[in-house]
Amino acid sequence: MISQADLGWQSLSPDTATLVQLFGEAGIVVREEFTGESAIAGAVHLIDIENGDWGRAAEVAAAKRVRWSAVWGEHVPPRIDVFALLACRNGHLLLRTHLRETGGSLPSQTPFYPGADRPERTVADMLGVVFTGHPDGRRWLRHQAWTENQFPLRKEFPLAGTPTPATPPDCLYPFREVSGDGVYEIPVGPVHAGIIEPGHFRFQAMGEDILSLEEHLGYVHKGIEKVAEGRDVWGLARLAGRVSGDSTVTHCWAACQASEAALGVGVPKRAAFIRAILAERERIANHLGDIGACCNDVGFAFAHAQCARLRELWQRDNRLLFGHRLLMDVVIPGGVRRDLDRAGIDLLREANTRLSAEVGEILPLLYEYPSLQDRLRTTGELTPKQARALGALGYVARASGECWDLRRDAPYAPYDGMVVTVPHCLEGDASGRVRVRGDEILVSLDLLEELLNKLPPGEIAATLPTTHAECRGIGLVEGWRGETVAYVHLDGAGRVARYFPRDPSWLNWPTLEAMIHGVIVPDFPLCNKSVNGSYSGHDL
Amino acid sequence: MFSVLEKLFRTGCLTEDLPPAGEESAELTAACRQEITRVFGRSMAIRMVDAGSCNGCELEMHALNNCFNDIERFGLHFVASPRHADLLLVTGPVSRHMQDALKRTYDATPDPKLVIAMGDCAADGGEFGVSYASVGAVSNVIPVDLVIPGCPPTPVRLLQAITTLLGRCPQAGKTNEAR
Repeated sequence: MISQADLGWQSLSPDTATLVQLFGEAGIVVREEFTGESAIAGAVHLIDIENGDWGRAAEVAAAKRVRWSAVWGEHVPPRIDVFALLACRNGHLLLRTHLRETGGSLPSQTPFYPGADRPERTVADMLGVVFTGHPDGRRWLRHQAWTENQFPLRKEFPLAGTPTPATPPDCLYPFREVSGDGVYEIPVGPVHAGIIEPGHFRFQAMGEDILSLEEHLGYVHKGIEKVAEGRDVWGLARLAGRVSGDSTVTHCWAACQASEAALGVGVPKRAAFIRAILAERERIANHLGDIGACCNDVGFAFAHAQCARLRELWQRDNRLLFGHRLLMDVVIPGGVRRDLDRAGIDLLREANTRLSAEVGEILPLLYEYPSLQDRLRTTGELTPKQARALGALGYVARASGECWDLRRDAPYAPYDGMVVTVPHCLEGDASGRVRVRGDEILVSLDLLEELLNKLPPGEIAATLPTTHAECRGIGLVEGWRGETVAYVHLDGAGRVARYFPRDPSWLNWPTLEAMIHGVIVPDFPLCNKSVNGSYSGHDL
Repeated sequence: MFSVLEKLFRTGCLTEDLPPAGEESAELTAACRQEITRVFGRSMAIRMVDAGSCNGCELEMHALNNCFNDIERFGLHFVASPRHADLLLVTGPVSRHMQDALKRTYDATPDPKLVIAMGDCAADGGEFGVSYASVGAVSNVIPVDLVIPGCPPTPVRLLQAITTLLGRCPQAGKTNEAR
């Protein structure tokens, strides 16, 4: 069992009810208990606060070591609703405030939560909300495809926009400058050297040492949130499965969880189990691939070849049993598309046994191999304090002592009936991140075994109501990268009015900038891979 | 060291004929090699460009390099720069933010060159279509020689497609005139 000491930071944070009480004591007017349209279904405690208290609420929460998770907005003419999600000891508190659509502004939460920096700038880019007191006034997701005065997530903004035939490159983004004798700048991207997504990295270096790194993302912004508007929940699930292809099960599950909560639909037990089987298989596949890739980035091709071999075998079983190598479109609203028969269960059990034996052999070898560990240890160190400040998630946080995992801390079906061990360490270096991920494979194999053994009989999908009122829901799923959020607002005709997916990469990209100081330039690919933020999941 | 060598020895060579089932495999291998030899000498260098993909296509592209598919046995290999490339393998609906970068990458690739649009999004915009943020199909931005549908296409399908492309590819010197 997990002891209180293992829980670390979050065990010190208050529960949601206590935090609401603390808000009250700080003079913040809180409105609770909502019904009908204004309610939000799902595993969150919703409160409304005044615009002016937005920053103050963050200050109170930050002082009590509450983790900041997400901010997003929604245009509901004639107002804009802004939401902020906070993670407490016992679950999530969702703050909401209502702004006028023109001239509305909010005190920024970034001074208290550095992780809110880019997400708030994105709300500004997409909806035109002004955050006063924000330390960085630059745009974030907006490059040159739309203008400063256009806000794609406003309802009057057409999906087609008003683009020019050729969108110019974003050459004028004002990067931070570093000057001094011998300091030079290395621009990298958006097209990188490997098989990898596009983004821009601006290094300031002295000799081989990196003084600072600044990321410029948004290159693969393809309008996912806008494209979602007007779809039905089935179309939404398909789109959610392509927010980040490596996390297709995670995002699809989160979006379906949000839709189901909004519609008040219960998912059959068997479907929940199969979803978890899919999610654990996705976790293992990605961890295998990335462990190999991290080793490959320091020239240890053996691990790369072995891990790629195991990943391929794993993906082939995915295709055989679920019809897709990456498990796309298997999770659907109300349940799952594919059932498992006896032969399928046996096949998955055998795959587990085989993989257990293989990783049992390979992982200890990697953990101790001197020439490999010589490169991984002390490279890209993220201190627990930095991880906390930035609100890091998933294995990035857990390798720096921040031991959050929704499967254990805010469990949803079927994890609510299981004991989930959460591997973690304090080193915070590339070696630690590789080790945590290796250990997570072992935990996932155990969970898979349990899920297969206890797979309940019954239906694999619930029927969705054909008519319903306007409704909103939140989904929260622990993907392989970490806590993944989805907010879904359906109108009375069953069409999506707003979909917001929050990939854990939003919180993890800034950790790469934090860990890179003093690292040599050739170790950047390793550091990047050891964090492995999603570009697509971030850029939307 | 010994444990690594021992594991390598026990793992052995796992490279499979392509596709894994049926007689086509040998045919493909021979055909693939023949066409690449004819057009590009003994090797063809591939530069991938993610112009807005969800990363699903990239994962399958990685799988081309694993021991089962071993793309390099066909003389096909991925390179770090478009300046070294014969073939651009492009994924994603082209996001407007990547439109210019894709065009520049194309321009930086020496002639003769080929372009494959990989995946449903690269084919026609897929789930994302054309919008304020997306230009849609790769062919809306640069000339495309072959489209490989699929979400994402499997590694085997990808390898098969490259031979198809090479099979109908004009003589190296004429590639540019055709455009």
